Amino acid sequence: MKILVCCGSGLGSSFMIEMNIKKVLAELGVEATVDHSDLSSASGIKADIYVGTRDIASQLTSLGGKVVSLNSMIDKNELKEKIGAALVD
Amino acid sequence: MLQFILDILSVPAILVGLISMIGLIALKKSSADIIKGTIKTILGFLILGGGAGIVVGALSSFGAMFQHGFNINGVVPHNEAIVAMALKTYGTQTALIMAFGMVMNILIARFTPLKYIFLTGHHTLYMACMIASILAVGGMQGVSLVIVGSIILGFIMALFPAIAQPTMRKITGTDDVAFGHFSTVGYVFSAWIGSLVGNKEKTTEDINFPQGLSFLRDSSLAVSLVMLVLYFIVAIASGPAYVEKELSGGQHFIVFSIIQAITFAGGVYIILAGVRLVLAEIVPAFSGIATTLVPDAKPAIDCPVVYPYAPNAVLIGFLSSFAGGVVGMIVLLMLGKSMPGLPIILPGVVPHFFCGATAGVFGNATGGLRGSIAGAFAQGLLITFLPVLLMPVLGDLGFANTTFSDADFGVVGIVLGNLLQFFK
Repeated sequence: MKILVCCGSGLGSSFMIEMNIKKVLAELGVEATVDHSDLSSASGIKADIYVGTRDIASQLTSLGGKVVSLNSMIDKNELKEKIGAALVD
Repeated sequence: MLQFILDILSVPAILVGLISMIGLIALKKSSADIIKGTIKTILGFLILGGGAGIVVGALSSFGAMFQHGFNINGVVPHNEAIVAMALKTYGTQTALIMAFGMVMNILIARFTPLKYIFLTGHHTLYMACMIASILAVGGMQGVSLVIVGSIILGFIMALFPAIAQPTMRKITGTDDVAFGHFSTVGYVFSAWIGSLVGNKEKTTEDINFPQGLSFLRDSSLAVSLVMLVLYFIVAIASGPAYVEKELSGGQHFIVFSIIQAITFAGGVYIILAGVRLVLAEIVPAFSGIATTLVPDAKPAIDCPVVYPYAPNAVLIGFLSSFAGGVVGMIVLLMLGKSMPGLPIILPGVVPHFFCGATAGVFGNATGGLRGSIAGAFAQGLLITFLPVLLMPVLGDLGFANTTFSDADFGVVGIVLGNLLQFFK
């Protein structure tokens, strides 16, 4: 299972979300690889779940994995709910 | 033996590797993770240096064409480009200031009311690099340079999020999260302009704004496209004869421009990949240690944290800031006629996108649609004029065809550089 978090330049916000996802996965007891990248590189990285905030999530839909669109970067409950749901189906 | 140790410590790549190793040890990681993380950090730093060479190559032909075509010095502000160049000279000082600056940030958050932990690692690195350069140009060196640099860095890491916090509360509706991106002065300026001209009830999010431009969020693509336009303009201005004789070795000048423009974007891409590796271990370690030692601190997070609150304002802010950058450039061109030697700051796409977009969201929070447009435009002017004053205090780096782009770099650098002139 691989989760890729994306943002414009793949430096700051995707990294923050990655750190939070790792915490969420630990709480859920799920093992997965989590990484972050910029949008250009994302098209070359195979992942099962692509994560982005709602203002860029539309650009992740053609990559071939499930897309998680976040309304907020900082809401851990939203993150837990949406990542949990994506892991299930 | 002592010489050997000193030599090792003076190689910046190894030094950042050691910093990340200390972080990994502090987090009690396994020895496999420690080795992996340390090597990846060193790898990242070396990759970053490789990207610098590519960017310098592409920019030097741009600079030559600009100089020949317009007879003035053209500058494309771009943090990654200038930082990668500066690290060649000030790598050791930067690495030490970054490490001790983060320690200072934790101490300040622990013992003063400025309860902010600055988590935007790449901006910590870039700011450490600029402070190191300016202190060195100002005549400082050795231990005193690192101590003074670290105190300044730690202080601004806690101070700038505090300046942004009142507007952040309006945007996010909570006081739990802070804002950490070193263009704060521009954003607060935008929010202030927004409150003067606008009405926050008439928000950008009530209008139906075409989202077609959102592909520009892909920064490599955006850099390529805007650099293509800029290279075409300077190549045409300097004329095919000059380009093909002096720069391209006979290659058609349009083909040469296309390749050089996209080469610049490629160099930036490599630098970003390097920065990502350098930070991969350091930021989680910093975050982990900080949250243990200062449990009530607010994390200050990179600028896209505000984008989901107002996606329309993001695009409006970018366009408006870019327009401000173009107007600012025209003003500089006119001033340049009577002030020879004045650098012409071109609108760099990355600062206008990220800073412009954020300024758009801040302006919208205080003044709605009108606030977003006017605030981001004012911010675009600001990040065009600040580098003009910043470049003279950067020493040799001030003669590169690129410079630090975001507002806080300008403000901190100008204040610091000119203060040092007094003590000289």
